[in-house]
Amino acid sequence: MLINPVRITAYTLTNALGSGVAASLHALQSHQSGLQPCNFQDVTLSTWIGRVDGIEEQPLPAALPRFECRNNRLAHLALQEDGFCEQINEAINRYGADRVGVFMGTSTSGIGATEDAYRHRGENGELPNDFQPTTTHIIYSITDFVRSYLQLKGVALTVSTACSSSAKVFATAQRYLEAGLCDAAVVGGVDTLCLTTLYGFNSLDLVSSYRCKPWDAKRNGINIGEGAGFALLEREQASGKGSLLLGYGESSDAYHMSTPHPQGMGAALAMQRALAQAAISADEVGYINLHGTATPTNDAAEDAAVMQVFGDKTPCSSTKGWTGHTLGAAGVIEAIFTLMALEKGFLPCSLNTEQQDEALSANVLLESKQQDITYAMSNSFGFGGNNCSLLFGCDR
Amino acid sequence: MKPVYIEAIGVIGPGLEGWQQTAAVLAGECEYQASELPALKPNMLKPNERRRTTLTIKLALQAVQDALALNSYDDLSTVFVSSDGDMDVVDRICQALCLPDHPVSPTFFHNSVHNAPAGYCSIATGFHAASTSLSGLNGSFAVGLLDAAVQATIEQQPVMLVSYDTPWPNPLSRFKPQQLPFGVALIVTPQVSERSLAELTLLPGVTGEESQMADSELEQLRANTPAASSLPLLEAIAQNRAAQLILPYLVDEQIAVEIQPCN
Repeated sequence: MLINPVRITAYTLTNALGSGVAASLHALQSHQSGLQPCNFQDVTLSTWIGRVDGIEEQPLPAALPRFECRNNRLAHLALQEDGFCEQINEAINRYGADRVGVFMGTSTSGIGATEDAYRHRGENGELPNDFQPTTTHIIYSITDFVRSYLQLKGVALTVSTACSSSAKVFATAQRYLEAGLCDAAVVGGVDTLCLTTLYGFNSLDLVSSYRCKPWDAKRNGINIGEGAGFALLEREQASGKGSLLLGYGESSDAYHMSTPHPQGMGAALAMQRALAQAAISADEVGYINLHGTATPTNDAAEDAAVMQVFGDKTPCSSTKGWTGHTLGAAGVIEAIFTLMALEKGFLPCSLNTEQQDEALSANVLLESKQQDITYAMSNSFGFGGNNCSLLFGCDR
Repeated sequence: MKPVYIEAIGVIGPGLEGWQQTAAVLAGECEYQASELPALKPNMLKPNERRRTTLTIKLALQAVQDALALNSYDDLSTVFVSSDGDMDVVDRICQALCLPDHPVSPTFFHNSVHNAPAGYCSIATGFHAASTSLSGLNGSFAVGLLDAAVQATIEQQPVMLVSYDTPWPNPLSRFKPQQLPFGVALIVTPQVSERSLAELTLLPGVTGEESQMADSELEQLRANTPAASSLPLLEAIAQNRAAQLILPYLVDEQIAVEIQPCN
């Protein structure tokens, strides 16, 4: 079924590469990774992380203390870049605050606040009195914060489907615009470093001691990163310029909680559905930003899916060697990388990938290249077998 | 928003075991007896999978199993919604993180994702369609209902909504002391059919006084448990009557729900 395209009229992102679109673009073009040896809190794991500088020094505005936690701080930092807040204010002027929706994705929201509260329990095991789980930890917190900070009053929700969360918000926004429930939508994703994900992924033997190497024969796990990304979505005919969301594909593996379907069945379904919604054939797509986490099974499953849908010609890469895996923020951050590829004609290589695994056949870029493309896809797959592929096109 | 239709319902809660018994209570045919949560037996999951689940996952799947009992579906999109997710798992993980070497259990970790019930549901049903997992805090039921209605309308296919919440364990419980376990599943369709029970028209972003339950114990359940804010809607369907309801939606906002019986 064809969908009505949605225009992306503004976007911004902050991650280990820096704050704002220019910082990410510069790092991608100059092959500078944001990964560093893990120095988060007192974590003793031997791994690399994609950490955002300056979160500790930037408290939230005095009017919003109830939201105070690392995750909402990162959201606040990211919103200061690329004139994004000004664009939102213009959207409010165009449509009214009650016609601008907010759809945020996160995996762990402000769980760091709860970890911290548990470390500061009193003599009888009680949590500190100033702990505010509802406005920090609970996954709606990020949407509540963004909505309060930007003074938006339209429809809203948080999507939390692990690592596909902030890809799915694009699909959600398209549907709400189509249903006439809003005239513009702020979509985004924010996830921050925390002990739960560092030690949790480690318990599943999924964390690498080295810089992650997507598609490499020697890949052995992920590096966890943090980041935030936001985009403003409006109907195609709305004034302004910007690339278009042409299709989305959502699917479920129905296979296993933490391991993908070995042949990438659900992943292939997501990619096929995104193409079908746009009535675009696979060979018209000029670049795929892979989910590419660099675990042995994830990359093998995604490779099988890409081969099934696209074959071995379409240029693709994982950008996790730059940012680490930003989990619930990966969807929007990599969607923005995909938009940058479309708009700048710059296809980033798969950083840290030295030699492609001989068992994997997709056309993974080991060198970045300059090439004009018309259509590009971004893949995001999460625990629970939750898959989302987004198809973007140039402004026509 | 165009109207949508409800064609099947599943319910689980304290003293509420399945839609049939719940409908009898809500229609006034028998008295509500607040009691412990009935034993959860989500047999749709294989025993090896079921062993790895938690109360929250079992509660959500029990509601699903009840909603799917009458009709069979080859595939269904799903919308799962819970205000807080699985706070038992959060408690276990945060306790482990305070110990030397931080021994987080891998099973608890993969159960900690907000979409864990949705993941187990897809494994049990084999549904490959889209699945989302949402939160809207106290208005979570309405947030999920609106999203399911939007998906059903725009994609012209049935959608299963599953709204569930469970009590917070110690030491977290004092921050939300009165939340009770409750799960409801609704099959939402874009077109009326001979199976339709009720027609719903949703209008989000209104302000008004929330519809309440006359029975004080049901009202206690409704007022403190986001998923149970569905009770006035379930009551109208059980009584097969038209109703104009106000349910909690976003912070300081409500949603108006107009209900028409279908038979």
